Amino acid sequence: MASDSSASVPPSVKGVDRDQDMSSHPINVESRGVDFWYGDNQVLFDVSLQVPERSVTALIGPSGCGKSTFLRCLNRMNDLIEGTRISGELLVEGQDINSKEVDVVLLRKHVGMVFQKSTPFPKTIFDNIAYGPRIAGQKNRGYLVDLVESCLKQAALWDEVKDRLQDSAMALSGGQQQRLCIARTLATTPKIILMDEPASALDPASTSRIEDLIGELCAEYTIIIVTHNMQQASRVSHQTAFFFEGKLIEVGRTTQIFTNPKQKRTEDYITGRFG
Amino acid sequence: MTSTASFTSSGDAVMRRRLLLSTVFRTVCRIAVYSAIFVLVTLLGVVLWLAIGRLTPAFFSRGHSAFPDRAGIQAGIWGTFWLISLTTIFSLPVGIGAAVYLEEYASDTWLTRLIKVNLSNLAGVPSIVYGMLGLTVFVRMFGLFGHGIKLNLLNGFLVVPLPFGKSVIAGALTMSLLILPVVIIATQEALRAVPRSIRIASFALGATRWQTIRNQVLPAALPGIATGAILAISRAIGETAPLIMVGAITYTRICPGGVESVGTLLTDPQRVLSAPFDMYTAMPIAIYGWIRVGPEFTSVAAAGIVVLLFVLTCFNGFAVYIRQRARNKLKW
Repeated sequence: MASDSSASVPPSVKGVDRDQDMSSHPINVESRGVDFWYGDNQVLFDVSLQVPERSVTALIGPSGCGKSTFLRCLNRMNDLIEGTRISGELLVEGQDINSKEVDVVLLRKHVGMVFQKSTPFPKTIFDNIAYGPRIAGQKNRGYLVDLVESCLKQAALWDEVKDRLQDSAMALSGGQQQRLCIARTLATTPKIILMDEPASALDPASTSRIEDLIGELCAEYTIIIVTHNMQQASRVSHQTAFFFEGKLIEVGRTTQIFTNPKQKRTEDYITGRFG
Repeated sequence: MTSTASFTSSGDAVMRRRLLLSTVFRTVCRIAVYSAIFVLVTLLGVVLWLAIGRLTPAFFSRGHSAFPDRAGIQAGIWGTFWLISLTTIFSLPVGIGAAVYLEEYASDTWLTRLIKVNLSNLAGVPSIVYGMLGLTVFVRMFGLFGHGIKLNLLNGFLVVPLPFGKSVIAGALTMSLLILPVVIIATQEALRAVPRSIRIASFALGATRWQTIRNQVLPAALPGIATGAILAISRAIGETAPLIMVGAITYTRICPGGVESVGTLLTDPQRVLSAPFDMYTAMPIAIYGWIRVGPEFTSVAAAGIVVLLFVLTCFNGFAVYIRQRARNKLKW
């Protein structure tokens, strides 16, 4: 159903070409009929979603719709919560991540996560970023130095901290801390980066820097971002998935979702009739 | 009808009563504080005044004597030294390990909950009960060894008597049990103070649970753990009743192992190894003994008290220092 009740879609960030044909990109992450329970309470119902490699997918929906829960399934962070249960297939690079052969520690190096509230460790900036590689066994100091520099450059933080890598990470500003957390995630050389509302605790200037960063990173990494900010979702993503009450209502190209949604609920949410 | 609202407190009776009550309360609180300080200062003052004249270097190089002028705290200091060293070695690893297990690894079963609740109970058990426990388990070992045997270890370099009898190690094990609940609870609190988000961030980077604990949680909790440990050990230093029950001597010159100077400590390994199995006294016990003898030893006892208080002040001061440094370094 056509609708022009939403304003025209805002311009995308640099690096994200929303009209790009993603069909040539292999599917990196796929869920097939995923159900999820917190104890007796089912919160995800039959979620089936495909995410192409090196694209940005935005998960949107009102609070409590399950988008963050779904995100956490992708690197099995929900395993840390007692009483959770999952069924269905969750494939990362073709491998079902819930099968017994999968080492969850290795999975999490491969699928990184950035959280809503930045959580730098109370250590130096260098040690924060080197933490991931170090616990994986990397001891070569030269390698770590180069890796830290490269990650900080990718996270657009290098120029601000290059002279004070031995300072405490807690002394950075909120926006810098979040970019530090992104650099920290990049240090484990993941292929997929999950972002759970990464900019919601930041001021507008920092938010737009993070969005620009997403635009740069998607050339190399597959990014799945949960956001409650619809303008942000439309700016940074190739594909958008709308969740409501645990069900995936609609998924499609971002431009199509925001100008011409197929489901009425999607349209209602996007036009702000609820949520 | 009064004119526009006035903000000055007029002769309004209700208002005056409120102000009076407020002032009375403030005065009562002031009196409480000043009384407490007054009592403390008086106590310290009297003790110091009594001890003047006894606090000579000789006081630290002599043990008990029948003559007050020749009595000293040397045996007490060394006994306390060995006691506290061994107590630290036994109680800290076990206590910290138990707390780490309870906080980080154990799932929330009825058993875990039972243990956690009873930890607080254990912390409140009177110390004399631990004394009785120590007597049966460590000093007499349930009578399993009859008249006692001696284990020759390291080619006779080290002789371990079984049961331990009235030795420092029996006292130290008893004290370890005594302060163990305190160490566990303090460590638990320190671990809980580390935000959960730090652990989650560490897991998300592909760390195992042990790596997270070792690299993030424990370093962050260390100041709290150290403070708790130091305070627990301070408590152990002042304990008297359980030690008497497990056989600490009251009047003696004996220093465990015959180690009477720091030099011997560093250069004579055989004495150091035999010290834990030797008889001993401790500072609070020596003080208690002197008070019991009679008025002629009052000043000696006072000098002992000054030394004990000094040691405790140093310990507590160290704990405060660590807490301050932690506050400056870790700002969540």
